[in-house]
Amino acid sequence: MRGENMSIILECNNLSHKYGKKTALDDISFSIETGKVVGLFGPNGSGKTTLIKKIVGLLLDDKQSVKIDGKPVGETTKAIVSYSPDRLAFKGNRKISYLLDFYELMYDDFDRAHAEEVLAGQGIQKDECIGKLSKGTCEKIQIILVMSRKAKLYILDEPFSGIDPVARETVIRIMLQNMSEEASLLLSTHHIQETEQIIDDAIFLKEGKIVFQKSVEEMREESSRSLNDAYMEVFR
Amino acid sequence: MSWNLDSDRPIFLQIVERIESDIVSGKYLPGDKLPSVRELAVEAAVNPNTMQKACTELERIGLVYSQRTNGRFVTEDKKQIDRIRKEMAKRTAQEYLRKMKEMGIDRDEAMRLL
Repeated sequence: MRGENMSIILECNNLSHKYGKKTALDDISFSIETGKVVGLFGPNGSGKTTLIKKIVGLLLDDKQSVKIDGKPVGETTKAIVSYSPDRLAFKGNRKISYLLDFYELMYDDFDRAHAEEVLAGQGIQKDECIGKLSKGTCEKIQIILVMSRKAKLYILDEPFSGIDPVARETVIRIMLQNMSEEASLLLSTHHIQETEQIIDDAIFLKEGKIVFQKSVEEMREESSRSLNDAYMEVFR
Repeated sequence: MSWNLDSDRPIFLQIVERIESDIVSGKYLPGDKLPSVRELAVEAAVNPNTMQKACTELERIGLVYSQRTNGRFVTEDKKQIDRIRKEMAKRTAQEYLRKMKEMGIDRDEAMRLL
């Protein structure tokens, strides 16, 4: 069952990144245990997306500060990380069936039958064109595709932006329902209140540094505070 | 979300209280099978690790038991359910007295109001 035999799926040691002279990540160290849901929070420009891009290999990690399942970021780690970027990955006049084909071709661990079942459960037809769907529906499709991989680490960069509260709740349920057992999830979002009940550990980023890192349940127990309270204290 | 949990109290405790009250009130009957941890986590919209912890606690206090591969079931020991019912009643009564005290109403007066 979840929670037993904890091992580390992701480790960042003294990770830094600069865009030109501007420091985006400043000596970041943290790790994610197998089976945990970790929330990454912080204002715009605090470094969340940069951190995620380092982990998924979209920004070069030349010092090999990131280790996933013990290995530096590369082809082997990309095969076990399922990533949803902070904007919709698909546009235009393609049908949903094309996305399914694409995922099947790209990822050995993609469970197409499962994805089709979840899409049908959401009332989403395979022959619909992506361009004609609402933003909320597109976000649901993206999360269904990402969560239908049997990955070891799921990374979702702001999966709730610009979608209504009901769609947000649906996206959360899709995440909980479809995350494979023994997998971990890193979730970056501004929606603390909607997500704090699904998070084990929280990390706050401020100007490229980690300023807060805690188990959310322990915090509730010790100080009767919600994660939102803690966020307001740090950033207000 | 649908279980209306507070964010400033440990979620696993609130889940335990909620399922305790579902058992005491008869929503789940003795011997009933509970949904799986995953199903319960999705219903409550909470982390499966937290739901797992709550189910383990319910086992510890003897309200549910698990059968290795079949899942979890509500205890058939009605005395145990009664015991939890009395504990819950006691907690509610103490809460009533605490609130009355806050309002400056003493114990005798609070009893008379009942």
